[in-house]
Amino acid sequence: MKKVVLVILISCSYFFSCSKHQDENISQSSITLNFSHHWDGTLVTNSDFNAVKFINAFGNQLSIEGLRYLISKVTFYKTNGSKRELQGYNLIDVTNNQTLVFSPQTLIDQGTYSNVTFTFGFNNEDNAGNYTDLNSALWNVPAALGGDYHYMQLDGKFLNTLNQEQGFNYHVIRAVENPGDHPTFPQDTFFNVDLGPVTIYNNTTFNIEMNIADWFKNPNTWDLNILNQMLMPNANAQIMMYENGLNVFSLKSITQ
Amino acid sequence: MLFLRQNNLLIFLILLAFFSCDNESVDQYVTTPYQLEIPDLFENNILAPVIPSDNPMTFEGVSLGKKLFFDPILSGNTMQSCADCHAPENAFSDTRRFSDGINGVFGTRNTMPLFNLAWNYDKKFFWDGNTFSLEHQAFVPVSDPTEMNSRWADVELKLQQHNEYPDLFKTAFGTTKIDSTLVTKALAQFERTLISANSKFDNFLLGKTILTPEELNGFNIFMDETKGDCFHCHGSDKNPLWTDNTFHNNGLDQTFADLGLGAVSGDPADNGKFKTPSLRNLAFTAPYMHDGRFETLDAVINHYSEGLKNSSTIDPLMKKVNQGGVQLSATDKANLKAFLLTLSDYDFINN
Repeated sequence: MKKVVLVILISCSYFFSCSKHQDENISQSSITLNFSHHWDGTLVTNSDFNAVKFINAFGNQLSIEGLRYLISKVTFYKTNGSKRELQGYNLIDVTNNQTLVFSPQTLIDQGTYSNVTFTFGFNNEDNAGNYTDLNSALWNVPAALGGDYHYMQLDGKFLNTLNQEQGFNYHVIRAVENPGDHPTFPQDTFFNVDLGPVTIYNNTTFNIEMNIADWFKNPNTWDLNILNQMLMPNANAQIMMYENGLNVFSLKSITQ
Repeated sequence: MLFLRQNNLLIFLILLAFFSCDNESVDQYVTTPYQLEIPDLFENNILAPVIPSDNPMTFEGVSLGKKLFFDPILSGNTMQSCADCHAPENAFSDTRRFSDGINGVFGTRNTMPLFNLAWNYDKKFFWDGNTFSLEHQAFVPVSDPTEMNSRWADVELKLQQHNEYPDLFKTAFGTTKIDSTLVTKALAQFERTLISANSKFDNFLLGKTILTPEELNGFNIFMDETKGDCFHCHGSDKNPLWTDNTFHNNGLDQTFADLGLGAVSGDPADNGKFKTPSLRNLAFTAPYMHDGRFETLDAVINHYSEGLKNSSTIDPLMKKVNQGGVQLSATDKANLKAFLLTLSDYDFINN
């Protein structure tokens, strides 16, 4: 008899708690960021990797063998200046076609927002954290370069002036000078991507595109014969990557 | 209406659970959960180990797995145990380039050392990643004709007729009926206890010891993208595994006698790719590379410095390939070697 009473009590508490949960969420929605990639309009997935099939703005013929990048701090701004940051970050692994969809656990109040942003990489404060998943993914930057984490790793090969395949490692990190015990940082190279205004009235998916070709295009036309490997300690190269990166993301659509 | 149905169903299921528990007391067995001792550097820096829900670790399972690991009963002629090729004093690897099986047939790849296997998050094992899960990995060598060359049915029969094993399986898994699934579960449980985390460099990171200037300089070369650039595949002070557990062509050959991952995936872009080995315990695990071609660490370092061979699938992280590599100075090489040896864990091989 005691067991039956216990069962009923547990069952009741379960159903009441569910009802309460549903009531609280009536005016909130989940947010999803769905990332896709293209090369000047042509869809790129990992099935396009490992073949010299792309031509950058300078004219280098190149392949992509790996692409991973980090986004963080998805933030919704109200017109009154208030903001809501969604917790978490996401390491997008195009190489393995994993984690292209980021669904932060935080719900967002329904309503109109003046703009939505996310950070490419980590801001400096977040970058100083210790993240077990990113350490496990070997996403770290050497301490002599400031420590912390990569923002992006784009690896592949290009045809050099001898028409031979040569590797490149377009690795984006916080720009750093004076590598060693006391590195200095000439400027920030993370950046915020503005997805524009949105009215949230249901669970919402932002379909975001990266034009990979833009990393090599504007304002710095990138010649892989000159800048190909060992770019992490090259502050000028990092700043050029930052400048080009400002153009690479765009909002394709919003679905609710 | 749906609410009522769900309510009734839930109550029914819970009642069923209570009554079924009452009726199962006769055949219950009790095991003692085995809690892996996660080293501080692992706990603080990387994700938790992978322990499958259908093979929880128990003292009884680990103990049984250890006994099986060292018992030649698993081999076809009852002459060779796992430990014959995975020698504890060599960080559970083999000093020979290739190991021979019970019939004297040699394999074609160097025996991999065994440690920190529970942190292989992708669960792809062997040099070419052909096997998914540690349990499956333990299954393979027993029946491999070039290794222990058993038939699993014979192994099961031998264990079943043994004067100890049925009771040990009963204690570990609640049944005296022995099969390959339970054997490999026990082996995998034991293998997950093989944790190496007490090297000089570990203790340096924990503030318990200091490194020599040469060792420190070697670490800096390791972490320098313009010199060793080892960290992109082997990790750093933030990842105590010292491997990414993925697959790369590190420029060993221009053409491939052994396709490695390519033979598994069927993708020509994977030809010549092999798993990144951990750099832990290099003092005990010579010879090196998937085919054991390098007998010394010096030869390995020389390979990356001057010996790279170009091919269509060479990893783009390989630097200055047309010059043969990163061209380290003699001092840099010596310091890099000194650092690498600080990753060896003498405590691990002595326990």
